[in-house]
Amino acid sequence: MVKIISAKEAASLIKSGESIMFGGFLAVGSAETIIEELKELGTSDLEMIVIATDYEDKGVGILVSNKQVSSIKTSHIGTNKATQNQMNNNEIKVDLIPQGTLLEQIRSAGAGLGGVLTPTGLGTVVAEGKQVIEVDGKEFLLEKPISADFALIRAKKADKYGNLVYDKTARNSNPIMATAAKITIAEVDEIVEAGEIPAEDVVTPGVFVDYLVLKK
Amino acid sequence: MEVIDKRVVIGKRVAQELKDGDYVNLGIGLPTEVANHIPEGVRVFFQSENGIMGAGPAPTEGAEDENLINAGGGFITAIKGASYFDTCLSFAIIRGGHIDLTVLGALQADQCGKLANWMIPGKMIPGMGGAMDLVTGSRKVIVAMEHCDRRGNSKILDNCSLPLTAKNKVNLIVTERAVIEVTSDGLLLKEVAKGYTVEDVISCTDAKLIISENISYF
Repeated sequence: MVKIISAKEAASLIKSGESIMFGGFLAVGSAETIIEELKELGTSDLEMIVIATDYEDKGVGILVSNKQVSSIKTSHIGTNKATQNQMNNNEIKVDLIPQGTLLEQIRSAGAGLGGVLTPTGLGTVVAEGKQVIEVDGKEFLLEKPISADFALIRAKKADKYGNLVYDKTARNSNPIMATAAKITIAEVDEIVEAGEIPAEDVVTPGVFVDYLVLKK
Repeated sequence: MEVIDKRVVIGKRVAQELKDGDYVNLGIGLPTEVANHIPEGVRVFFQSENGIMGAGPAPTEGAEDENLINAGGGFITAIKGASYFDTCLSFAIIRGGHIDLTVLGALQADQCGKLANWMIPGKMIPGMGGAMDLVTGSRKVIVAMEHCDRRGNSKILDNCSLPLTAKNKVNLIVTERAVIEVTSDGLLLKEVAKGYTVEDVISCTDAKLIISENISYF
């Protein structure tokens, strides 16, 4: 059953060296209050999984700038010079993964699958060291599941059972990441009584959510 | 030619490829110019891979919605009849062959339809973002780019030298000087921009070109 906790309590659950998938894209749909608390706590050596490393001073980029991250699985670092500099100085390990592949790897972890077969990346450096599997005469890359200790996601509204709805393009990776971590914490703008979100409208069922944090 | 003029020439010409009812993804940068030149009578739906089908133009100042952006991080609007979805579904749309046309910028394109657009080793490593999926999954791929780089070197080569985005996926290359189709026999020069000759295009293109018998000018 979902528990309502503060952003500070949420950040305190995470220990140095643990892995976190962060919902959000270019700081839209990010759990920004919890990210701020993680910065305050200085939790270090984090393994980050995120679509893009946002900006130096916004979104997950804050944690990169503050040197709290040791490795990143992501599709894009072009908007954050801190990520690029730390990668070039070997301070941070960056795995660049095609965005659609990264999301399917996360989805497959959440769905209990052994990975996905995708044509994306065939004939490129992405395919290096990976198994190529032929299905009905077509080649695919085997991409393995990606899970994490925590998923920090952001939604517009939750009910007290943790059912979530999102706002426009702030939905992005959040519903996928909600499924794929040991513990999922959702930062929301509003928490309402059960029944106030029509069952038909729920995007992420509360079964995936462990903690709710009200955004500051 | 000024950079801005080149963008307009390329954007206008690519827009001629849009068909009524197409679902289209425009890459970041130069390809966004295409949206300014949609032919009359043609209605298309623009997808942005961060989770919208039916992206509309930028909002007026003060009307921005912080939760409504495109894949380049710019504020957008949503047209009537737009839909929102998560990024996994967004890439199912892309990879599953449901996008009619994707238009991307490139660092290099070559005679086999390969393209490179996501890194220059040792110099620039932004990452591929959604580009590899877009090029792999879209029904038609147009590369929209300047013909030569800043040093005047051809970006259209026999073989790409930079790390690839995908193999053999490009259908058409549109530059401010030419329209070139990728065919199984090689690169077919079909159109030349006004102000250039066929010889001009050949001399500024590293890749071998097959010259169409019916060259037209745009």
